[in-house]
Amino acid sequence: MKRLRRSLLIISGNNPKHIQDAPVFDPDVVIFDLEERVAAPDKDSARNLVREALSFLDYSQVEVMVRVNPLDTEEGQKDLDRIARVKPGALIIPKANEQVIKQAEGLLTKIEKEEGFPEGSIEIIPILETASGIENINQLISSSPRVTGLWFNGEGLMAEFGTQRTKEGAELYYVRGRVGIACRAAGIDAIDTIFSDGNDYEGLANDASAARRLGFTGKLALDGRQVDTLNTIFQ
Amino acid sequence: MKISKTAQAGALESNDVLVTVAPNEKGGVQVQLETKRVILKQFGKQIEQVVKDQVAEMGAEDVTVKVQDKGALNYTIRARVQTALERALV
Repeated sequence: MKRLRRSLLIISGNNPKHIQDAPVFDPDVVIFDLEERVAAPDKDSARNLVREALSFLDYSQVEVMVRVNPLDTEEGQKDLDRIARVKPGALIIPKANEQVIKQAEGLLTKIEKEEGFPEGSIEIIPILETASGIENINQLISSSPRVTGLWFNGEGLMAEFGTQRTKEGAELYYVRGRVGIACRAAGIDAIDTIFSDGNDYEGLANDASAARRLGFTGKLALDGRQVDTLNTIFQ
Repeated sequence: MKISKTAQAGALESNDVLVTVAPNEKGGVQVQLETKRVILKQFGKQIEQVVKDQVAEMGAEDVTVKVQDKGALNYTIRARVQTALERALV
């Protein structure tokens, strides 16, 4: 049976309360974020906390992914090396392109051998957040058999354009359509960008429904209250 | 391994712990635990052991570890002690 990735609840990797509480909301996936949700002076602290949490807490009823820092940074290299050794379900790689994913593939294969994990058991979810990444989406998908999904980060793309996304998200339709079709053709999950108004459930439902119609299979949840809506829409 | 400076990790927030490590001139590993009285009574020795085990695992010697606990689980205590010691070595 295909694993569901309808709702992906993203939380800071440096907050023990959120780390412990996340599965209570019943998301399909919990994402521990070591990148945007962790301030620069706390990167080491978050990395150690997520590593210990994955070794200690029971996440058998939920898929766990970890968003690492960009691999062209020292923090990103440390994240990948230390987190992969406690075997998350997948690593989420920011600012992804074909070269970055091949680098991650090589590092993960080496770590899996050293730790005695089955080769290929740690999956990769690249984040699409640059124009060049989107233009080369098919190369990105085929860059590693570990790529089992793509996360489209609309906020990241708008930041590259020097603007911000609107709540309705009309500016994202073209890219969403392209991502949805490419992922469907490749048989991998298409994960939609976050809906950032945590109190607008109607807006969330509209945004998620639009994403589903464009081929997406799931969406990021800003907090636990968004999970039920996403699980209903992405059935 | 001996640390040469004071360093901290964690926070005084619910489910977290603020760990401060410093060189112990008297020698040995000394743990100073601050938490709710009821937790100190029921789990004080257990928390102290988690801290000492983590210090030993990292090979640190002659260190004072101040632990200001806000209801942290063992994994959080281990992570914060590790981070504080790593920062004290930089």
